[in-house]
Order: sequence, then structure tokens, then C-alpha cells
Amino acid sequence: MLELRNVSKHFGGVVATDDVTLEVALGEVHALIGPNGAGKTTLIAQISGMLSVDAGRVIFEGEDITRLPAHARVRAGLARSYQVTSIFRRFSVLENLALAVQARSGSSFSFWRPLAAETALVDEARALARDIDLHEKQDVAAGMLAHGEQRALEVGLALATRPRLLLLDEPMAGMGPQESARMIGLIERLRSRVTVLLVEHDMDAVFRLASRISVLVNGRLIASGAPQAIRRDPEVRRAYLGEDLAA
Amino acid sequence: MKRVLACFVVLAAFPLVMQAMDNLFYVSLASRMLIYAIAATSLNLALGYGGMVSFGHAAFFGAGAYTVAILATEGISNLWLAWPAAVVVAAVAALMIGAVSLRTRGVYFIMITLAFAQMVYYIFVSLKEYGGEDGLPLPGRSSGLPLSLADDVTWYYLVLALFAATLYGLYRLSRSRFGRVIEAIRENEVRAEAIGFPVYRYKLACFVLSGAAAGLAGALIANQASYVSPSLLHWIQSGTLMIMVILGGVGTLWGGALGAIALLALEHLISDYQIDWLERLAPNYQDHAGLAVGVVLLAIVLAAPQGLAGMLSGKRRA
Repeated sequence: MLELRNVSKHFGGVVATDDVTLEVALGEVHALIGPNGAGKTTLIAQISGMLSVDAGRVIFEGEDITRLPAHARVRAGLARSYQVTSIFRRFSVLENLALAVQARSGSSFSFWRPLAAETALVDEARALARDIDLHEKQDVAAGMLAHGEQRALEVGLALATRPRLLLLDEPMAGMGPQESARMIGLIERLRSRVTVLLVEHDMDAVFRLASRISVLVNGRLIASGAPQAIRRDPEVRRAYLGEDLAA
Repeated sequence: MKRVLACFVVLAAFPLVMQAMDNLFYVSLASRMLIYAIAATSLNLALGYGGMVSFGHAAFFGAGAYTVAILATEGISNLWLAWPAAVVVAAVAALMIGAVSLRTRGVYFIMITLAFAQMVYYIFVSLKEYGGEDGLPLPGRSSGLPLSLADDVTWYYLVLALFAATLYGLYRLSRSRFGRVIEAIRENEVRAEAIGFPVYRYKLACFVLSGAAAGLAGALIANQASYVSPSLLHWIQSGTLMIMVILGGVGTLWGGALGAIALLALEHLISDYQIDWLERLAPNYQDHAGLAVGVVLLAIVLAAPQGLAGMLSGKRRA
């Protein structure tokens, strides 16, 4: 479904992603792991079109999208969430979600007709709020939500664009165990609807969710395979996993 | 809604009262205020609603004014031709300036819009056949209506109608799909792009609409005094419009209008009346009217950080 061919990115002399070739298959939860600074977020930004690709190609559902602008990739079915929560803080939960639905449904170069008349947008936003378990807070301003709730909305915004491939950049960042468990539950529920590329540090979550794992170190992909194979891979253990998985 | 209605009733009754008091000067001053209210409202669309701090709005205001003046000099004074032309010229200028400027952010955007506006200013200064630095008098106010616009009361009502239309347009826009998108872009541009909005196009459209409305205000100001000069395009004019918006309330429906009316009223009050107790306190203060206006503005902005509109409504900004 998604194919990266020899994708690279340099910032001056610093190599962020280096000749990455990777395939995400339809229906899988593909985890991308690696130590801090390995280039995971850079790669997500390159896939979503926020950062340009210096060399290589990005192919989504058979189409070369290497030069497609970010907003057009969303329309093509590729959405991302952010590691650092990026929501519309002054909008309510419902307004956030309705906005993302609006982005997908028809042109917004409409200057006269009141938005309030479009009940379909709000109806879908309500359903989404229920999906991400925020329906009881749907009228609360997003900036006032608890951290875990903001993280859920973060994923909800991406989900509202009805992606076929969802890029989740550390959805559990900064979460306590309880909040993490809820997020894992949410991703579990999503996996039947959407293919997921998941960047995550929480190894429990990764091994619970992932059907395949790729490992990025210093911008290079050093391994890609089934969780059990990755767990045993000596190079991965040396570079990243250390002893915390030996047990 | 009741307050809005009351406001327009007062505005509509104003010239009748002044006529009764035989004081038509104030009708003319009020028309001027309403024209600036349209201009400031147009800037508020870009600055307040769209979050684009344009420091070159005088370019569109002035371009609209000069379009009407130049057409009138060439014998075209029909408002059905000249005014739409002014709007189109301003919109095209906004499209060109915006297309380049909107590729930058923050301070760079402020500086590049300022630079473009100054370029437009010098273009009109150099147009010797249209008055150059001295400006260009119009043969008279535009024609094309069954009523003569030379009459100040008729003129006032036409300006009032266009002011109401502008405000209603902004009201509708702010509640439309488009309005929601530009609000979202102001709030979080990166995420707006990431959920699928072509941010640049929306900002450019907002900027062009804003410029077009400023062009309409320009067409009116040219008629107001039947005279245009390059000072309409000077950066000080851009600054004045910006002060009006900040004073009135950034991103509020009435912000531009309140700011424009308040600032012009203040300037008039300070430079045209001698206030005895103030004269005793600060002798010859009228020679430093700019400074006096500045002090009062500072006080208002400190007392009402959300602007006059925020003070009056007591609600959060739009």
C-alpha cells in the first residue's frame, strides 16, 4: 500500500533519513521503532509531505506521490498525527472533528452559506467523538482537555479525514499507563478499518499491536520483519533494544 | 441583534438630526468615518480573521481611490463602471502582492507587504500626468444614480448602505465554511494543512477579498473629498488602518468600524476643539495633536486589550 524507495533527507551535513526502502502492506499495523534521533519523525514528515524528499520516491497505492503537496496526500487517503499535540485549541472537540470532516467533504470556498446549516458535518463529528471516547467532552474547548484526551483528539483529527493509511507519530507520548491502555484499545479498534504506520517508544504497545516492525537507526533501516524475528535479531538488540527485551 | 439594529437606527437618523441643527459638517465627517470603517473592516478580515499581519493595506485602499480618480479624469465617472473597476484593480493588486508575500511568515510577511505597498506608493508619485506628488482632483462625485451624490446627505446614506453591506458580508463569511477554515488556519496552520486544507490558497483568497473591500473603501474616499493624493497609499495610512483595527478589536465583527470611528473622532476632538482644562495642564497641546492622540490610544489599549469591541461585548474574541 505504501512503498518508500531509497528515501533520504539531509539537513545541511546531518543525515536524517538515509536511503530508506520500506513497504507497508494493506491492513497491517506496521511499527517503526528506533532510538531518539533515528529519523522516525523525519520519515513520517516525508511520507505525509511536510518535508521534501531529497532523493528517492514515495509510492502510495501505486501512485508516485513524491512531489504531491501535503494537503493533496490527505485527500488521497494518507493522514498523520503528531508527536507534539497539534490541535485547534480554541475549538471544541466537536468543532475540531467537524473541521477535519469538512476538509474531506467538498469545497470550502463557500463564503455565504452558514456552516451551522450543514448538520451532516456535526453528525459525523459526533460519531467520531464516540469512536475516540470523547463524546462526553464534545463541547469542551480542546485546549482544556487532559493530556490523554488531547492525544485521543490528535488521533481523531487524522481519523476524521477517513484515511486508508494512518501515520501515528508516538500516539502514547507522555501518557501514563492507564491512558496508554486506552490508546492501545483505540488502535486495536482501528486496525480493521485502516492500515497503520506506528512510530512508538513504548515497546509493550509495539509488541502488542504490530504485525510487522521496522527498525531505524541513524536514519538507516537496519531490520524489517515479524515481531518475533525483530525481537531475536542480534543487530537490533545491539543497536536499540538492549537487554530490556531479554526477559 | 437588538444592539445592531439600534446602532443602525442611530446611524440612519444622524443626518436628519444634523440637518435639523443645520450642522452638515458632521454629516461629512460621519461619511468619512464610515468609509474608514469599511477600510479598517477589510483589513480586519486579513489581520484579525486570517491572522495575516498585512502592513501594506494602504496600497489596495489607494489603488481603489486612484482607479476612480483616473477614470474620472478620463471622463468615466459612472459609478457602475468606476467602482467595480476600483474593486477589481485592488483585488488584482492583492492577488499579485499576496501571491508573493504569503510565501513568507511572521515579521517577513509584515516587511514584504510594507515593501510592496511603498512600491505602489512610488508608482503613483511618479505618475506626473495624474498629479504626481500633488495629487489629483476629481471633477466631482461619481454619477450613475438617479440622485445626485454631490448632496452630502445622499452621499452619507450611500456610504452607510455600503458599510452595512460590508459588515453583513463579513458576518456571513465568518460563519461560512470559508470563515471556519481561515479561523482554523490562524489557530494552527500546520495542522490545517495536515487535515487536508490547501492553506496557501485559502490565505490568498482571504487576502484578495480583503484587498477588494479596501478597494471599495478607496473608491468612496476618492469621492468623499473629490480628491486623491499619494498620501492615501503611504505606509502611514497602512499604519493608521492597523491602529484602527487594534483599537477596535482584532478579529471581531465590529472591531474595524469601532476603531475607525473612535480614532477619527479622537483626532477631530483633539485638533479641532480647545479643551480648556487640558490646555491649562499641557499648554499648546494642539500643536502636538499626534502625541495627544497617541497617549489616549495607549490608555485605551492598556485598559481594553481586546479592543473596544471586546470591552463592549465582554466576550472572548472571535
